[in-house]
Amino acid sequence: MADINLTVNGRTVSGTCEDRTLLVQFIRENLGLTGTHVGCDTSQCGACVVHIDGKAVKSCTMLAAQADGAEVLTIEGLASGGELHPMQAAFREHHGLQCGFCTPGMIMTAVDMVRRHGGQLDEKTVRHELEGNICRCTGYHNIVKAILAAAEEMGAGAKVAAE
Amino acid sequence: MGVEGIGARVTRKEDKRFITGKGRYTDDMVVPGMKFAHFVRSPHAHAKIGGIDASQAESMPGVIAVLNGKQLAEDGIGNIICGWMIHSKDGSPMNMGAWRPLAEEVVRYVGDAVAIVVADSKAQARDAAEAVMVDYEVLPAVTEAAAALEEGAPQIHPEAKDNLIFDWGLGDEAATDAALAEAAHIVELDIVNNRLIPNAIEPRAALGVYDEAEDHYTCYTTSQNPHVARLVMSAFYNVAPENKLRVIAPDVGGGFGSKIYIYPEEIVCLWAARRTGVPVKWVGDRTEAFLTDAHARDHVSTVRMGFDGDHNIIALKVDTIANIGAYMSLFSSATPTYLYATLLSGQYRIPNIYGNVRAVYTNTAPVDAYRGAGRPEATYVLERAMTTAARELGVDQVELRRKNFIREFPYQTPVIMNYDTGNFDAILDAALEAIDYDNFPARRSESEARGKKRGIGMSCYIEACGIAPSQAVGSLGAGVGLWESAEVRVNAVGTVEILTGSHSHGQGHETTFAQVVCDRLGLPIEQVSIIHGDTDKVQMGMGTYGSRSGPVGMNAIAKALDKVEVKAKRLAAHLLEADESDIEISDGELKVKGTDKSVPWFQMALAAYTAHNLPEGMEPGLKEGAFYDPQNFTFPSGCYICEVEVDPETGMTEIVDFVAADDFGNIVNPMIVEGQVHGGLAQGIGQALAEGTHYDPETGQLITASYMDYQMPRAQDLPAFKIKHETTACPSNPLGLKGCGEAGAIGSPPAVINAITDAIGNNDLTMPATPAKVWKAMQN
Amino acid sequence: MYATTYHRPKSIEEAGQLASEEAMYLSGGQTLLPTMKQRLAAPESLIDLRHIDELKGISVEGRKVRIGAATTHFEVASSDALAKVCPGLCHLASLVGDPAVRHMGTIGGSIANNDPAADYPAGLLGLGATIITNQRSLSADAFFTGLFETALEEGELVTAVEFEAPEKAGYAKFRNPASRYAITGVFVARLGDGSVRVAVTGSGADGVFRHSGMEEALAGNFAAEAIDGTTVDAGALMSDLHASAEYRANLVKVMAKRAVQDAR
Repeated sequence: MADINLTVNGRTVSGTCEDRTLLVQFIRENLGLTGTHVGCDTSQCGACVVHIDGKAVKSCTMLAAQADGAEVLTIEGLASGGELHPMQAAFREHHGLQCGFCTPGMIMTAVDMVRRHGGQLDEKTVRHELEGNICRCTGYHNIVKAILAAAEEMGAGAKVAAE
Repeated sequence: MGVEGIGARVTRKEDKRFITGKGRYTDDMVVPGMKFAHFVRSPHAHAKIGGIDASQAESMPGVIAVLNGKQLAEDGIGNIICGWMIHSKDGSPMNMGAWRPLAEEVVRYVGDAVAIVVADSKAQARDAAEAVMVDYEVLPAVTEAAAALEEGAPQIHPEAKDNLIFDWGLGDEAATDAALAEAAHIVELDIVNNRLIPNAIEPRAALGVYDEAEDHYTCYTTSQNPHVARLVMSAFYNVAPENKLRVIAPDVGGGFGSKIYIYPEEIVCLWAARRTGVPVKWVGDRTEAFLTDAHARDHVSTVRMGFDGDHNIIALKVDTIANIGAYMSLFSSATPTYLYATLLSGQYRIPNIYGNVRAVYTNTAPVDAYRGAGRPEATYVLERAMTTAARELGVDQVELRRKNFIREFPYQTPVIMNYDTGNFDAILDAALEAIDYDNFPARRSESEARGKKRGIGMSCYIEACGIAPSQAVGSLGAGVGLWESAEVRVNAVGTVEILTGSHSHGQGHETTFAQVVCDRLGLPIEQVSIIHGDTDKVQMGMGTYGSRSGPVGMNAIAKALDKVEVKAKRLAAHLLEADESDIEISDGELKVKGTDKSVPWFQMALAAYTAHNLPEGMEPGLKEGAFYDPQNFTFPSGCYICEVEVDPETGMTEIVDFVAADDFGNIVNPMIVEGQVHGGLAQGIGQALAEGTHYDPETGQLITASYMDYQMPRAQDLPAFKIKHETTACPSNPLGLKGCGEAGAIGSPPAVINAITDAIGNNDLTMPATPAKVWKAMQN
Repeated sequence: MYATTYHRPKSIEEAGQLASEEAMYLSGGQTLLPTMKQRLAAPESLIDLRHIDELKGISVEGRKVRIGAATTHFEVASSDALAKVCPGLCHLASLVGDPAVRHMGTIGGSIANNDPAADYPAGLLGLGATIITNQRSLSADAFFTGLFETALEEGELVTAVEFEAPEKAGYAKFRNPASRYAITGVFVARLGDGSVRVAVTGSGADGVFRHSGMEEALAGNFAAEAIDGTTVDAGALMSDLHASAEYRANLVKVMAKRAVQDAR
């Protein structure tokens, strides 16, 4: 069994699980944070994306034990003080979601994308950067629109701030 | 229209929970004492079960029970049914084989469930499932429908000789043959409509809970129609009577048809919950979704389309073999028949049509309705034939279509459907303008200069939605009526709750259904809540599929609102001492026309509940229900044009432009309608370019059983879409809606393939048109 | 996933001590963990390499490049120092998997697995790199021995790769549209001595391979058209659901040309 200590969404949490427990299981089942989803077994759909130490990672392809000691940000921790993150707001404003199942992973990926690219995003880059996230509902059209709008709002300063 | 009424682009009320991670899907449900299931599944496509030895598994850590099909049968759990009776041409009923929720004697496809293991954790259940020893005697398997009909093919069900389920026909064969004999030109094509795997991103899941004290069951499940699930599990599977079974479909992560059906897993989880005394949760993984979700399409057809010397279509004859898979799923018989051949007239005047469909068992996953269901197959047959005809006749593809358009409505086709309205020229013109059709030659030259092959392709579709008048579908073999129910509850403070039998799993009902109420009552959208997906809350409903939530579900709400309005006006008239006919409702008030007298909506509602001063004979309260049964199918139509660029060195196709011009009748929320079209387009383009399902023809193993081999369309594979609307309001329902959920998936595949074949100058191309296939076609 | 025991060593030495026949090194885990989830691999224990500092980092001294085995694809793709001397390898790393996978997956993990459709084997073979392990140094030519096979002995751990920056290098990849692995990936490098190396991944029936015909042609004339006269033997290539050997043979030439055109 593994003892896991993490900072999740700014809170220190701990728990015990089997060594084979995936991070996504730990987040969902031990911590009860069910916003992070599982949509495939082969690391491709991206519904499980969270941030580990500030970087987007597929939590279905990481053991909880590997994450021990890390800072984890999940979809539940993205809004601050009741105010939606600009990416969340943009997904709503531009109808970037339908069934909502891929949405948490999409948003976490999109936030990471803007962090790395700042205001430099264009449609082609966004589409390319979404290669690890699958949506079956939206045809991506409005997801791309939402990310571009949020990137603009988050501004070119985003990249600088992250560095 | 108000800012939140019909026609307004309102952002979705439901979004906040999804974007903050607070959605509640079946896998998120936790009940006290819950345990976990893993299914033991057949690794063989066809085998006899000699015996099942679970002794080792039962002794493993955490294991509570291992249950099999024999025990299920002992407890009287029934066969899984197909709910639509089809009769063959000779009048005989379809040959349906038995589908046991857990196979007892024979397994018929890879993934067929054989046993369930219940354990303390998911991992323990899976560990133990591997230790269940099933003695299989492997039998020969067949995966392709045409091969299954051949002499000597493995016999899959004793009830279906030569694997033939039915041999069905629609239309006048003799007249069609006679017309073809007179034709000046005949287009002949072999058409394959490739098998698809739906791939809602949320895998199917079920949580069965049994309350021994009350002898009551609760099932949380990923369903598009929880009431149908309850009905079928009660009436046919003997799980429990309806009053002892509550089915809850909470947030559901996409369905596209695949979550209509009642699968073995929810039945077995409920039964296992009673057998074991613990709540049992099963969550499918993606591999199970690939193996066991109902697959789609899989038609092989030959088409003959005859023209007179003036390029009028005079006859169409289609012969189709439909692969039904190993078992008949709920709508599997309707999809390749009444949802398919009835649409073979498309947007054209075709005086003679005959469609023949043979449905066939194979050792593959069951095949059933998936976004479009039959209508994409019909459109693909027809629109590839039209483009091929234009090429063979040496006429422009636009003009050939225009020449044959239906322009007078109502129009009775030779294949049942009576089109009520449409304006095919308008949608065609809108699409041509948006794609800048006239300047295509210049763009093609520009591409050629860069070493690329450019092509343009189109598709004009019509579909029959709503599904539909109960009496009509009943006469065609449906086992249920296809109405919808709604209840409008006006609370004492005037807020409104709508209970609907439709189910939202991405469609945005919590917003659009509320818009219908806002439009009628002038209330702010925050004061309207939509309740769905729970058989304890909503009395009965038929669920969401076939683009029916708008044309059927919303019209049920409109009908219930009519009743609310009548009572509210009567009460207001009483309170205001005015005549009922002078009361109008707007901006949250009931006003006396032409005066400044009014009563606020909430005060009227309060008066209804205090009941201190009601008109004589009026019951207290304000709550009305309605069942809406459509008078006709609805007929959305559209014109889709696709422009592609093919890289001749690699065969890679890039969609450089795509226009979808649709006529959905009236539109409640354009933002949501556009989103539905986008999603449908992605699925249709996915079918055309990416999604291929491959079974090994010898072993029956599914080769494309993960995202490593089954290509899902990604953002990079798709363009930004151009969406246009033209409106002819639907005359058969009060709101004038036609439905919009499936159009994208129906209209797009032929547009894409017609574009590629135009680019490469070779019409011999099957879907999915992968780079490898396109490259090969270019070598010939 | 079958039960396993997780270890987190802090040094190469400690990692080596934990190694055994039943153990596996876990680097980024982006291939190993999915394989374990499918129950196709069942190591009794996992030795996590992500917390060993001496396995990390990129150093560029003059034309000499050293990349620690636990350096992620993201770090390689976004390294300014590496981009100055060998942008072709940065480009290759930017095409592996997807952004989230690139944040975890490592160069050492990729080459130790030697998936016949992985990108790095082509890059390192094309660069004529040296693979450093906790026991020895090996040339890339000696390291990659077949499908999912390398010269690594049991318990031997890749610690770094080293190479002399080429004069020019380029990588062109044609993705498997489903998995995003390479159906064909070609890495082309013109080295400081004027020789050219061409390495092909995703296509070879025995895994990554060099194409001597193209190497010779390009040594004479480092231009895409030099490849026109070469031939690719389809008989030595893989054939599967996504691409026939014949199609792959075509792609090898097309991707080689594009790699030459893109070489910087």
